[in-house]
Amino acid sequence: MRLEVKNAHYSLLITQYPILESMKLTLKIWRQKSASAKGKIETYQVDGIEPDMSFLEMLDVLNEGFVEKNEEPVVFDHDCREGICGTCSLQINGEPHGPDSLITTCQLHMRKFNDGDTIVIEPFRATAFPVIKDLMVDRSSFDRIQQAGGYISVNTSGNTQDANNIPISKEDSDLSFNAATCIGCGACVAACKNASAMLFTAAKVSQFALLPQGKLEATRRVLAMVEQMDKEGFGNCTNTGACEIECPKGISLENIARMNREFMSASTEG
Amino acid sequence: MSILDSKTPKGPLSEKWSKYKDEINLVNPANKRNIDIIVIGTGLAGGSAAATLAELGYNVKTFCYQDSPRRAHSIAAQGGINAAKNYQNDGDSNYRLFHDTVKGGDYRSRESNVYRLAEVSGNIIDQCVAQGVPFAREYGGLLDNRSFGGVLVSRTFYAKGQTGQQLLLGAYSAMNRQINRGKIKAYNRHEMLDLVIVGGKARGIIARDLVSGEIERHSAHAVVIASGGYANVFYLSTNAMGSNVTASWKVHKKGAYFANLCFTQIHPTCIPVSGDHQSKLTLMSESLRNDGRIWVPAKLEDAKAIQAGKLKPTELKEEDRDYYLERRYPAFGNLVPRDVASRAAKERCDAGFGVNKTGAAVYLDFESAFLRYGKETAKTQHIENPTDEKIRELGKAVIETKYGNLFQMYEKIVDQNPYETPMMIYPAAHYTMGGIWVDYDLQTTIPGCYAAGEANFSDHGANRLGASALMQGLADGYFVLPYTIGSYLAADIRTGPISTELPEFEEAEKNVRTQLENLINNKGTKSVDHFHKRLGKIMWDKVGMSRNATHLNEAIVEIKALRDEFYKDVRVPGTANEMNPELEKAARVADFLELGELFAKDALHRNESCGGHFREEYQTKDGEALRDDENFMYAAAWEYTGNPADAILHKEDLNYENIEVKTRSYK
Repeated sequence: MRLEVKNAHYSLLITQYPILESMKLTLKIWRQKSASAKGKIETYQVDGIEPDMSFLEMLDVLNEGFVEKNEEPVVFDHDCREGICGTCSLQINGEPHGPDSLITTCQLHMRKFNDGDTIVIEPFRATAFPVIKDLMVDRSSFDRIQQAGGYISVNTSGNTQDANNIPISKEDSDLSFNAATCIGCGACVAACKNASAMLFTAAKVSQFALLPQGKLEATRRVLAMVEQMDKEGFGNCTNTGACEIECPKGISLENIARMNREFMSASTEG
Repeated sequence: MSILDSKTPKGPLSEKWSKYKDEINLVNPANKRNIDIIVIGTGLAGGSAAATLAELGYNVKTFCYQDSPRRAHSIAAQGGINAAKNYQNDGDSNYRLFHDTVKGGDYRSRESNVYRLAEVSGNIIDQCVAQGVPFAREYGGLLDNRSFGGVLVSRTFYAKGQTGQQLLLGAYSAMNRQINRGKIKAYNRHEMLDLVIVGGKARGIIARDLVSGEIERHSAHAVVIASGGYANVFYLSTNAMGSNVTASWKVHKKGAYFANLCFTQIHPTCIPVSGDHQSKLTLMSESLRNDGRIWVPAKLEDAKAIQAGKLKPTELKEEDRDYYLERRYPAFGNLVPRDVASRAAKERCDAGFGVNKTGAAVYLDFESAFLRYGKETAKTQHIENPTDEKIRELGKAVIETKYGNLFQMYEKIVDQNPYETPMMIYPAAHYTMGGIWVDYDLQTTIPGCYAAGEANFSDHGANRLGASALMQGLADGYFVLPYTIGSYLAADIRTGPISTELPEFEEAEKNVRTQLENLINNKGTKSVDHFHKRLGKIMWDKVGMSRNATHLNEAIVEIKALRDEFYKDVRVPGTANEMNPELEKAARVADFLELGELFAKDALHRNESCGGHFREEYQTKDGEALRDDENFMYAAAWEYTGNPADAILHKEDLNYENIEVKTRSYK
């Protein structure tokens, strides 16, 4: 049994995909030339969209059309296209990451839409997320919150204690992991009527609050991160809960409750 | 041609690294404050290096094209990280990890580097736990392990299906602490477009601010390239859309040899292509092969019926299924290394036994795992006489805890429920063992220029084992570079800051501006993606899973022609003084159009089959790789001459003193 040359077979398959039901769509997209320019919604038509395509692949088709006419394509943030990097961030028909739950924009597929649909596409809206261009926003406010305290102060040591020295209960470990799955996309901020970043901040505070390694600096951490969060211009939390619903990783509101407890206890310490 | 010196220290293998560390030059803490280091890429290797170097006291600048260091593609790694802790008491040790990695690499990696990797692997886990990385734990509170392909022990540490993200967030948090102190300045949404060499040493870079379009000069006493691999030369790969080879390629053009390009990894378990507009391929973690069984129909007519949608896989009885990995490789079964599994899948699909409408897919089936875990859970929960349905339900719950997010991801993309019907998978370009050649210090052939993580070539040889990329990235960044780069920098304690007004910076900046202007002003008609897709097709068809001399020669000619056409006919709308993703893509694809040619040349020159490089002319009668150790036991490091086809070959002979070189068999 020898491997034969069958590569040609594969590439032929690529170009012979039968186009099943293809869709025509009307897209209303926010265009903004630069941070200081005024933006507005423009309307475009796009054709030949197949249900198995992802939403971003649909935008690729739209953009290919722009390049053909030597016009500027729509700029949007994306990278991994598999739901983990947190880069993609589109508000689709008023929902961060569009219809369907527990997914990011790049995991949304066109089978969620119908032929003839109109789709409104905007950037994530928040004062702390200024627009850079078209649908791309600046989320460095998130990084600055992390820089304020989202870490455990330990240097890289060639000689730190064995990883199994401190047992951590499976329950705490699992809860910490669940909080740590936050991908920093900002959907929570975009969903919130107050543009609050509580779920994002609480996720990191919780991850460390649940681990013995994180407990030492818990007080300083929560105060510093909340202070930075407030400085950035995010709104306050009024326990609406839209964040939890829209979060692609299903981060729980319980983390906000935990952070509130940490904050209370830190504020009344000493 | 010349023979390269890896500068491996002398002495017994297990003592080389510790003795080396005792003898290297150090830089005193006060002097570190006067030394600047640039790190390109903020993934596991770049992020960990930047954080550790800053902790030590150096002034660090990081550069990444994404909007935050945490977006690096290391984040997508799913399955786990290897370490020789032997927590499971199943026979693991530094030596065994070293042995498995060298064997897995088909005896084409540098022994000393790999042993060091195994030596520091345990430290990595300890460091991550100290940073608060939430690894999976068992009920007793201790870390859990699982098995990965190509090994017989359970040494992989994991965080559900998100190990890459959790490890990267650990490095990112360490970086954040240093950013807060002012020891790291992070240049996000910046891309390195050239290296600047002064007096024969790497002394800085030219970078573009991707938001404003401004071209910037940045100087340093040393530059670390940690910008990842080149799998996107195939256009469709599991890499991120922005993953590119530009930083590596630019240092290659300035004198850093690029090695072993033909050693690329095609990952066996990825979601199959669904159509012409596919923009990337999604990985289904190798860890799934712990519990999933791979099969295709045993009878051709059943395969055809499934392809036509007339038969469901769940309707096929066990005896009508060909669990071909278990059949061909009894010792390792479904956990054979990736190159072996990928070729086996291709072989079955080429023979007509593929299972989706295109015939390019095989099944990854969890039914037996549902039953096995279900029965185990029923027992521990003391459920008497559980029904089949109950067993399956319990088993599914266990699988959900282990791989939940992966199953969900699959369903969103394919619109099929993997708890009810087997997953469909097919091989896809995933990782590149080849990369910038580095010596034992991780220094390239350009003094002061280092390469770490997937960007370098060293530790995985011709094939990388699962869960070892994460290990290598963090080993390089946390535990190797801080020592070796310090040794080099000891000579720079009196140098002072490097001036960006030097003529070398001016020259490099001018070249970058010219390159970008040429792309923007080109009066072409076709998009960058058009050329990228065509390049990808040539690479997958002719330089892919299975190669031969005829196709490789054709590929070299076709890629050069495509490159010429690209420069004549590419169209890049917009201007260079703004956020312009088309311009970014154009510059990256231009580099892939050169790399592809050298890649084919490297594959053509290596007349053997080895790891991820399979030459049809060199195989055993069972279709396994046939190595030629007598003539090809070396790393092929290529020197740029201006034309990829005319690159000059330098060899690093590989000698194995501590491991018996055998034919790699997983039967």
